[in-house]
Amino acid sequence: MKRIVTCFTLALLTLQACKQNPSENSSAKSENTMDIAVSGDAINQSIVNPPMLPAPIGDRAAKKVVVRLEATEEVGELADGVTYKFWTFNSTVPGTFIRIRVGDEVELHVTNRSDSVMPHNIDLHAVNGPGGGAEATNVAPGKEAIFNFKALNPGLYVYHCAAAPVPLHIANGMYGLILVEPAGGLPKVDREYYVMQGEFYTKGKTDEKGLQEFDQDKGVDERPTYVVFNGKKNALMGANALEAKVGETVRFFVGNGGPNLVSSFHVIGEIFDRVYVEGGSKINENVQTTVIPAGGAAIVEFKVEEPGNYIIVDHSIFRAFNKGAIGMLKVTGEKNPKIYNKVQ
Amino acid sequence: MYKIFKILMYAGGFFFLMASCEKANTLTSAKVSSDTLDKEVAITPDVKMVLINGGEYQPFYGTDSSLVEVKDFLLDERPVTNAEFLDFVKKNPKWKRSKIKALFADDTYLQDWQDDETLPKNADPEAAVTFVSWFAAKAYAKAAGKRLPTLDEWEYVAMADEESANARDKPTYSAHLINLYNEKDRQKNKVKSSAPNYWGVYNMFDLVWEWTDDFNSIMTTSDSRTAEFDDKGLFCASAATSTTDVLNYASFMRYAFRSSLKASYTVGNLGFRCAKDTTNSTK
Ligand SMILES: [Cu+2]
Repeated sequence: MKRIVTCFTLALLTLQACKQNPSENSSAKSENTMDIAVSGDAINQSIVNPPMLPAPIGDRAAKKVVVRLEATEEVGELADGVTYKFWTFNSTVPGTFIRIRVGDEVELHVTNRSDSVMPHNIDLHAVNGPGGGAEATNVAPGKEAIFNFKALNPGLYVYHCAAAPVPLHIANGMYGLILVEPAGGLPKVDREYYVMQGEFYTKGKTDEKGLQEFDQDKGVDERPTYVVFNGKKNALMGANALEAKVGETVRFFVGNGGPNLVSSFHVIGEIFDRVYVEGGSKINENVQTTVIPAGGAAIVEFKVEEPGNYIIVDHSIFRAFNKGAIGMLKVTGEKNPKIYNKVQ
Repeated sequence: MYKIFKILMYAGGFFFLMASCEKANTLTSAKVSSDTLDKEVAITPDVKMVLINGGEYQPFYGTDSSLVEVKDFLLDERPVTNAEFLDFVKKNPKWKRSKIKALFADDTYLQDWQDDETLPKNADPEAAVTFVSWFAAKAYAKAAGKRLPTLDEWEYVAMADEESANARDKPTYSAHLINLYNEKDRQKNKVKSSAPNYWGVYNMFDLVWEWTDDFNSIMTTSDSRTAEFDDKGLFCASAATSTTDVLNYASFMRYAFRSSLKASYTVGNLGFRCAKDTTNSTK
């Protein structure tokens, strides 16, 4: 089910990126991003499976970027012994992380796999224009739509399928994130991860084994059977836990596909040094829990000072412990008793 | 029918708000084709036609005030099969895969057939034909002395379950269909192997999506598109459309599917069946 196609001429990482002062990015969209010219050859967006994501854009100039997303309908694992018919972009939930910079001109190819039953399309919240692309990309099974847009506003945005019935397409997993970096790129960090929350509504109870059908009533009532990170209970646990080393700065690109719930995103035992509030340009500091609306995102950054396991949760806590909204960041390295020390 | 434009329902709103502008082109090409469609060699498929007693019905995107009258008509009891379509192309070679004009079908037309006159490997001759364009379906119907059902006719029959002519208010109706629709490769099954509906019509949902004559009619009147973006329209929709229909995800799926099509498109799970007026029903 997972597949990695890497066909990407990586943008050059430069020293500039590290020196960038975050506050410089926090100005609103400058009026002239529309006038940023693209130069050089078109590049292909690399396709990397979550929780990983493409490398930073650094300080490359604006370019034409070709992005390919394939809508698929396929059975996958939702929890141990529990399967579900997911609808996806590029066979993962969330879909491929798209990473571009302001001024980039994206040529988006949306294909719908020929064995799909449904039509699919894409609405990118990063797009200025009616429907965010949904109108331009509605694509029948086996067909392809091509859609061009210019990224005008830096920020972290949700994309999702907007084919009718929209709630079902989102509830089945058709969402992902698109990051539009400011000119010069985001400040450099040591680790970056892609985490996206979403709910699933199944006929059977939480953890009831076997292939589970979508439950429309639960969806309408906003009573999810599962609230998970990255499309699956325990997608970020055990062997799949995220990793970092003491002293490193970690950045999470966090999205919330919904379809219904607002996330109270929290990492137990950590304080977010910086939060790009709602994925925009405003930076808040020293945040314990940040709200991520359905169809919204946030960038959180923190330095890990102490080894151990840090639990990532939706702090609407029943969701975490009973419905799956739980992940783990494993931090290894030297203990620092000055920061954290059990005395007795 | 154009009224449905003004009625944007809430769940489908995202999508229908953005209804494709390309649809007008399709209509133009439809006109172009009518000349070429005139001279089909007749075929006589052996399929029972069922009498559907007409009546008023509320289109999925309608309000109470926009009931549509469906007249009595005859409908094929099942979709057109591989075997029948093979017979059609044998008698009408211009519809063979190697002969068809690009205007009338895209490059996946009958794509799994082994050659112009050989069905796909392992294909059941009694399974519904797929990878056929709207033009091809229309030509087939014409050759058979029939026509494609209108969208209203098709949806009128689709209201029925096994027991009643209108099952739209039954909560299980949509839920059942969603699960059916979510099943892949259904098109490979034989026609008529499941139970018929109230009218005696088979396979409305469980095998293939089906072309209708005016599949793109919900988008044809371009001046109505302005109404589409009218907030009042949106508001009215949520107020006027009954809850049952807003939750009728199966219908949303059909409308979404139809609006993703162009008349030349051929798709692996898209087939068709024929209809006929009752007045000229004698042969
Ligand atoms: Cu979709």
